[in-house]
Amino acid sequence: MKLATFRRGGVHPADRKQLSKEKRIERMPLPEELIVSMSEHLGAPAVLTKKKGDTVTKGEVIGTASGYISADVHSPVDGVVKEIRKVRAQSGAVADAAVIAVDDVQSDPWGEEHDWKGMSGEDLLDLVRSMGIVGMGGATFPTAVKLTIPMGKSVDALIINGVECEPYLTSDYRLMIEHPDEVLEGVMVAAAIVNPKRIIIGIEANKMDAVSLLSSKALSSGYPITVMPLKMKYPQGDEKQLIKATIGREVPSGKLPLDTGAVVCNLGTCFALYEAAVYHKPLVERVITVSGESIAEPKNILAPIGTKFSDLIAYCGGEKDDAVSVVAGGPMMGFAISDEDTPMVKGSGGLLVLPGLVDDFSAPCVLCGKCVQHCPMGLQPNRMFRNIKYGNYQAAIDLGLMDCKECGCCAYTCPSHLPLVQGFKLGKKLGRKKK
Amino acid sequence: MKTVRTSPHIHGPLRTDKAMLFVIVALLPSALWGVFAFGPRALLVLAVSVAASVLTEYLLGLVSKEFTLKDLSAAVTGLLVGMNMPPAVPLYIPIIASAFAIAVVKWTFGGLGCNWMNPALAGRVFVFFSFTSQMSAFLLPRWMRLDAVSSATPLSAMKTAVTGGAQGLSQDLLAGTIPNTDLALAVADRLGISPYAVDAFLGNVGGCIGEVSALLLLAGGIFLLATKIITWRIPVVYIGSFALLSWVFGGIPYGQGLFGGEVLVPVFSGGLMLGAFFMATDWVTTPTTPKGEIIFALGCGFFTFLIRYFGSLPEGVSLAIILMNIVTPTIDRFVKVKPFGYVKKPRKKEAKA
Repeated sequence: MKLATFRRGGVHPADRKQLSKEKRIERMPLPEELIVSMSEHLGAPAVLTKKKGDTVTKGEVIGTASGYISADVHSPVDGVVKEIRKVRAQSGAVADAAVIAVDDVQSDPWGEEHDWKGMSGEDLLDLVRSMGIVGMGGATFPTAVKLTIPMGKSVDALIINGVECEPYLTSDYRLMIEHPDEVLEGVMVAAAIVNPKRIIIGIEANKMDAVSLLSSKALSSGYPITVMPLKMKYPQGDEKQLIKATIGREVPSGKLPLDTGAVVCNLGTCFALYEAAVYHKPLVERVITVSGESIAEPKNILAPIGTKFSDLIAYCGGEKDDAVSVVAGGPMMGFAISDEDTPMVKGSGGLLVLPGLVDDFSAPCVLCGKCVQHCPMGLQPNRMFRNIKYGNYQAAIDLGLMDCKECGCCAYTCPSHLPLVQGFKLGKKLGRKKK
Repeated sequence: MKTVRTSPHIHGPLRTDKAMLFVIVALLPSALWGVFAFGPRALLVLAVSVAASVLTEYLLGLVSKEFTLKDLSAAVTGLLVGMNMPPAVPLYIPIIASAFAIAVVKWTFGGLGCNWMNPALAGRVFVFFSFTSQMSAFLLPRWMRLDAVSSATPLSAMKTAVTGGAQGLSQDLLAGTIPNTDLALAVADRLGISPYAVDAFLGNVGGCIGEVSALLLLAGGIFLLATKIITWRIPVVYIGSFALLSWVFGGIPYGQGLFGGEVLVPVFSGGLMLGAFFMATDWVTTPTTPKGEIIFALGCGFFTFLIRYFGSLPEGVSLAIILMNIVTPTIDRFVKVKPFGYVKKPRKKEAKA
């Protein structure tokens, strides 16, 4: 059978998922302190409502959304606010954060099951908003905003992103294997809000066991869900490529998926939607894959938001001697961090401890055109990079710089190891400033 | 404190210096065949070419304070220059060719990645027009030399014959001028093709050191395709368009009329295989977009055909590729890729009443 995929560009890095693929999700013992940043999501940071010395209870709102594109932040534990300080999140954004000393005895406020099936779409949307749910694939766009369908628009396809195309990461895979019923129910929560004509779960072909498990579960539960296996190709987990792969439409430049009748929702987010709808549990913990060649024991861990990366690394047996870099996220788009006390945020799907996987070879651009062939957005990275190098940001923007999503395919294939992505990040920033 | 760098944190297998090494590996079978066929003198020519090229790069590096020998591009250029020399060429000619290639064509424009013409080809063409007679004296492979040591290449012999008023297929035009191996005669008889096509494919003809065996060049080209250093577009479209033109129009000067031209002899002879797989696929001097590559290759096929059949000079492949190298920046400028999410604006539908 020929599997669907997106047509243009893309690369095939080794998936390296075998390191953590068979590791069951385990709940990490609570660390002594959590650092809960107010910038957990895309958009305006939340406003911290607690002061130093305040007690917080599990699930209590400690930061309120400060705009339309923003989300509430809840306390993941019972504890005391030890300190308020500015903290740099994995993405580099600096925001207020509450350092919470975790109490020894913890309550369990989310035991009771609720029936969500009778609720209206608007009520469910309000619930999702109040539970602080954001896209958990990494971009952390507030889910309530995403699921709000403007008047006059309708959703043709709700596409659930179970692609997990980044190498190493297995957190979504483990969720599918260990909690298929919960994930599917979460999908139905999203479906109840946006009311789509069809529901598709896209999963790459290196997870065929998850494909068959979810499709048989969907069938036995009577859910109208199609599970679609996709040919492995990075960056299929990107919203635009996934829409192209599953329903064959191209999101126009500068437009949203909804303009093609599609809403894309991450699979981990669906699990959070399930917990929010059934237990009224806010997004205070998530599954994170701790992996890489230089971690003693790769694991999939269920950890509260705000856990310091150093605690996760220690729980996985520490770093090996050859560790060179620590990366939050996947190896293609993740952020290398210098401070291992950086806290986990809602979008942290992976933490990698890597030996030096990229050598420091460098050569001038040889115009080989590999970047052009592999760019999934059909851009010409070589020309954009040259323009940025010489300070001509507007020329780079005219070549489509703003359509670049920094997926890294160009830099991955570049035989001269040019820092293309770095150039584009810089070019976007400086290009915007000049305008 | 950990190393911090921008994503991606993994890298694909391609690397410029390794790619150059792979090109050398892919060229070696054909080069060794040349040494085997033409004797140790050919090896000397190859060695001198590479040495001259590397030395020029090193000396110029002293001037510009850039030491770029490690990227192996100078070695590739030198090897290609050597493979493009007739085996008996006086040694100062490959030295001049290599030095011209590196110093004038590459270094003055800014070194690797900045030259706009394939250095090795430019070197070859430069010395060809400077030392035409020395560059046109070819040898037959050792096992085919009966009495005459020097010999013309099949292509030039055919051209000479046609200029003299003769017409016909290669086996008629060349019989008595250029010998065939017994193997080629037997295979040709079985398949009903020209024995010169078989000998040219196997490498039993006179010619430059590295371009006589189409078979081994093809093997090297397939190796480069398999390692993803080159894509299929340029070699396939180049050879394909040239073969098509030869079949359709190539018969005209030879008396076979339209749709009757020979295909196999012209495709396997001369520098076409070397050119199509190793010169026209040069990263630096070819377009970067897939569509541009196809236009480039079509142009190469067209000009090679034109120069070989209707031009008064040899060097069809070299001049065709150089010509297309010159228009490469223009191709790159005007042939654009359609970015993702850009569609032609649909005509405005009339508002529904």
